[in-house]
Parts: sequence; C-alpha cells; structure tokens
Amino acid sequence: MSKTLYQKVWDKHSVDQLSDGSTQLFIGTHLIHEVTSPQAFGMLEERGLRVKYPQRTFATVDHIVPTNEISEPYSDPLAQKMIEALRRNTEYQGITFFDTPTGKQGIVHIVGPEQGITQPGMTIACGDSHTSTHGAFGAIAFGIGTSQVRDVLATQTLKMNKLKVRRINVTGKLGPGVTAKDVILHILKELGVNGGTGYAYEYGGEVFDNFTMEERMTVCNMSIEGGARCGYINPDETTFAYLKGRPYAPQGADWDASVEEWKSLASQDDADYHDVVDFDASQISPTVTWGINPGQGIAIGEPIPQVKDLAPELQSSATEALEYMGFSQGQKLEGIPVDVVFIGSCTNGRLSDLKEAARMIQGRKVAPNVTALCVPGSQIVAKQAEEIGLDKIFTDAGFQWRQAGCSMCLAMNPDKLVGRQLCASTSNRNFKGRQGSPTGRTILMSPVMAVAAALEGKISDARKVFGQKGE
Amino acid sequence: MALEKITATTGRAVPVPGDDIDTDRIIPARFMKCVTFDGLGEYMFYDVRKKEDGSDTGHNLNKKQYQGASILISGNNFGCGSSREHAPQALAKAGFKAVIAEGFADIFLGNSTQLGMPCVTLGHEDRLQLSQWVEKNPREEITIDLDTQQIRYADKSVALGIPASNRQALMEGKWDPLQELIENQEKVEVVARSLSYV
Repeated sequence: MSKTLYQKVWDKHSVDQLSDGSTQLFIGTHLIHEVTSPQAFGMLEERGLRVKYPQRTFATVDHIVPTNEISEPYSDPLAQKMIEALRRNTEYQGITFFDTPTGKQGIVHIVGPEQGITQPGMTIACGDSHTSTHGAFGAIAFGIGTSQVRDVLATQTLKMNKLKVRRINVTGKLGPGVTAKDVILHILKELGVNGGTGYAYEYGGEVFDNFTMEERMTVCNMSIEGGARCGYINPDETTFAYLKGRPYAPQGADWDASVEEWKSLASQDDADYHDVVDFDASQISPTVTWGINPGQGIAIGEPIPQVKDLAPELQSSATEALEYMGFSQGQKLEGIPVDVVFIGSCTNGRLSDLKEAARMIQGRKVAPNVTALCVPGSQIVAKQAEEIGLDKIFTDAGFQWRQAGCSMCLAMNPDKLVGRQLCASTSNRNFKGRQGSPTGRTILMSPVMAVAAALEGKISDARKVFGQKGE
Repeated sequence: MALEKITATTGRAVPVPGDDIDTDRIIPARFMKCVTFDGLGEYMFYDVRKKEDGSDTGHNLNKKQYQGASILISGNNFGCGSSREHAPQALAKAGFKAVIAEGFADIFLGNSTQLGMPCVTLGHEDRLQLSQWVEKNPREEITIDLDTQQIRYADKSVALGIPASNRQALMEGKWDPLQELIENQEKVEVVARSLSYV
C-alpha cells in the first residue's frame, strides 16, 4: 500500500515527536483575521516574543467589516477597534495584510486561493474552522484556536495528532441542476455532523475530477460541518491551471519544478485509507436543510423525516430542530415563505457562484416579501463581477449588492436576521441564532436554489422555476 | 513557568442537555467583538440563558441549585462548528474546570485541552445516569480522575474516555505546549529549510 497525500504532507512537515506522543507539525502557511488573532498577538507580547517567520503569515479582515459603509471609522466602534488592532499587529510584526484599501481584502478563504497563496502540498492553518476550504488544492488545511494561532506565530509549528483518512468517492454524473453545494449537503446528510470526527476527508471520483476549483472549494469548505477538521482533493491539471500566474504562485522555472512536486504528492490508486465511502452522483438532488445543523438535510421535494424513522442518536436533536424551526415531521419545505435571501460566504461567495445566480435572475424580480443580499467574497470577486455587469443584474432584480465580507453568514457585522425571520442562505451553518437573531432561522442551499427562493418568495425547486436554464 | 499538573478535578456539575451543541451556542458571535478574552464568562451560553427581552430562561444554567458548578455535562458532539477558542475561554471564565460529554468535536477538544480544561467522554447510558443523578443531587460533588480514568460519584465509579496524549499532557503539566515547541527551534529550522515554498 502506498501513502495518501495526507500522509505524505504530514511526513514532510513533521518536526519531532513531543513528550506526550503527539507530533510537532510545521505550518508552512498561516492565515489570520481580526477575530481570532488579537488575543494571540497579546499573548506573544506578554511573553516578549516576536513572530518567528512573518513571511509565512498573511492577514485579511472579513468577519466584522460592514458591507454597506466604506469610510472609517465604522459606525460600530468595536469593529473599528478590531480592524485597527490587526493593522497595528501586522505592521509591528512585518506581516502582509490585505487591508480594505488594498483592493485585495475579502474572506480569508477566498483571498488565499485567489492570490495563489494556497498551494498543493502545504500545511495551512488559520484561526477559523472553514480553513478546510484550502484542501481543494491538495493542501492539509485546518482550523485552530487562538492559543494555537499564538503557537504558529511564535514557532510556525503546532502540537497535533494525526488524523485518520476517509476516502469519499462520488462517481457517475450529477443530474441537471445539482451543484457542488448539493454534493456536500448530501454527504453531510448521509455521514452526519460528527461522522468525520478524527478524520480527514479525501474527496475523489468522477464528480470531483470534473469540478472546477471553485466547486471543489465549496465541498472542502464544509468538511468541518461533518466533523472532519480537514478535507482535501488531490491536485491535478485543474488545480495547476487555476494557480498558474496568480501573484503568489511560483513563477518561471520554479513553476515547473513545483508542478512536478505537487504531482508526486497526490495519493496513489492503491493508497491506504482507514475507510472508503462511495456515493452515486445520480442519487444526489438539490438539497436543503430543515433543522439546526448542516446534517439535517433533505432533497428538495422530500418530506422532513419522521423522528421515529431516524437513528436513535439523531432523534432528540431532530425534535429540538423541529421545535426551533417551527416545522413538522412529514412537511415539505417547497412553498414555505422566506423573509431573507443571502448569497455569499466562504462557501458560495466566489465569482462562479455569483455568475450562476445572476444567469438565473435575468429579467426577473425579487418577490416583494423578501430582502435579498448578494455579498461578494472578496474585493477582487466584486470587481470582476462588476466588470461583467453582475452587480447591475442583481440590483435590477431587487437584490442589494454589497461589499466583501463574511456578512450574514455569522452576522458579526450589521447584517443580521431580525426575530424569527427565515433565511434561504448559501452559507455553511444553520445553527440556532447563527445569522444574528437569537431566534432567526436558516435553510442552507446552493446559490441557484437561493435565487429561486428570492424570486418566488418561498423555498422552491430551482429546476422547476428555471426550467432548462436551471439545469 | 511550570504549569499545574491536572490529575483530577472535583466539583459540582450541571447538565446541559442536547447533542451537537455548537460553539455559536456556547458563545454567540456578537460577543466576540473584542480584542481580549476578558469578560466572556458573562456571555457564556447567553442565548440559552436569556430570553430576547433579557430575562432569564428556565435553563439549568440559571437554576439556583446549579450555581457554582464547575463541571459541565452534555451530549454528543459537544463544541462542534466554529473553531473559536472564545467558547472554552467563556466556559473557563464562567467557572468551569472540565466538561463531560458523549463526544467532542476535534477543534473544541484541542482548544480546551490546551487551556488545561479536561474534556472526557462517557457512553450514552453512563452519561444519562450521571446526568440524572446530578439532577437529583445537585449539591453533591463528582470527581473526574484522570489518573485512574474514572468518574466517581455517590458510590459509583465509571470508566471515562480521553485521548492518551491529552491525558498525559494534562497530568504532566504540559497542556500548554508553547515552551516545548520553542525549545525545538533548531529542528523547526531544518524542516523550514527543507520545504520548497516561502
């Protein structure tokens, strides 16, 4: 048996075995943002330490930035304080900061790839659970806590235990109107929100081979929702084509050498996995959540399951979810009115997501009962979208076109649900209160399905709404 | 600076029922607009403890008999979702010294251990029995013994689960690894130089 990519990258970055048997792992690339880093810089200063390898850390600001005001100071003084702390810390420590005036600011998991900072074979850590996104490039990328951000800043290493590797194959062809978001929501529905605890997910098979990098990122992004701290896809020609020419990608002769190295890191066909799970792509439908965790999903058109039909360990959470959402078992979601539609986030805030959404909108209007937001994932995504007129398509239809940030995915900025509002959202978490109102409700779905909800004013099957275009 | 060797924790407990309790629930994002962890204890489980008008809910965390509890008991997949260390920090600042659950999300488990807060598991039936006993005997103490890997309450002793490296790190006072990581700097340099990037 030969090694998986995970094993090869792990071996390359292992520094030593620590006294308790865990591994000291070198973190080649470190990404930081304003929410989980200030305390780490504070701890460093308390100990009189400097950042050891400042050239290996990159910063951006995403969680707290307002998406509807440009000038500072922001109306929220706490948000202003956080952005200023990051400016001060990065300047003092000599760290590159994609700040708002650079034109390169955005959600950290969108900025890394679009700058070419994210590359195959790296270890990447960030104080953010959706760091699993970067696994789309064949990197071992995972979220860490703030004390670990401190450890990386001070030593460029972490104390880690090796994960097991589960291979997830999706073979065959996806049906019309079925997207990358549906693939990951389906996987979460089948494997559960803690099925991946202790695992890295390696995604493969025909569907992933044919996916673009942006589609691969959508899937890897939500690995953590299944409990898998990282998820990755072996690098291939699609990966290399995406990276070539990006600002931080290797150039000239270095490029060819890097591609050779990256190819050598991919898992071989006979790699040794702890287990393998197979999915048939033709069995995946547009998928939506009905509950309060991302594993509580159903194919659109299917009824919410009867609690008694669920596995015993899922029943109490299902009952709690139905009560919170105000739904009943056996109910179908199609036709339920929505109050808010949110298109954006590190899951679905990339140019291809916005393009696909805009293609569906053309000429139609958001339903009068709906507040619809489109929030590009980065300033570069926003600029590219505006260059091809997407902003106008969205605003003509009645969407609000906002500036880059995490926005209503977790509502640390002013974009929040109010009361029990129901939101059709392209983000990654439908936890209680996640979108800023302690009683607010979230239904996760793909961008195309979110557009259908916005135009119809209710949860809808995009394939019916858009006919062949939705396919 | 030597760290405390955590071999056992004794205290009163409070059941926080539910599976898949995520870190947004433990500390809602709106309370993370801060540049230090000070003061987070006040907002621990805020939306579980408070109604929208600011008055208290009937949750266990508000009940008089559980005030002063230092051990939290919950269901499966505790601490899932966001990697925010604000969650274990909020628990610690609210006075919790350990968590017992049927299972933990990986990132939460790592973050808590690194703060010196043991997270130990019990099987479903054992956890239910413990929760029920605590509900009947809220003023009684329980002990999480990492040395013998048992949870003791009343006249009972049940086997707990904990990853071996976490147990060792806690018991030897090495739960915060920074010093050990720094001391290895020469080996770190070797790996840094061997990589083809940056």
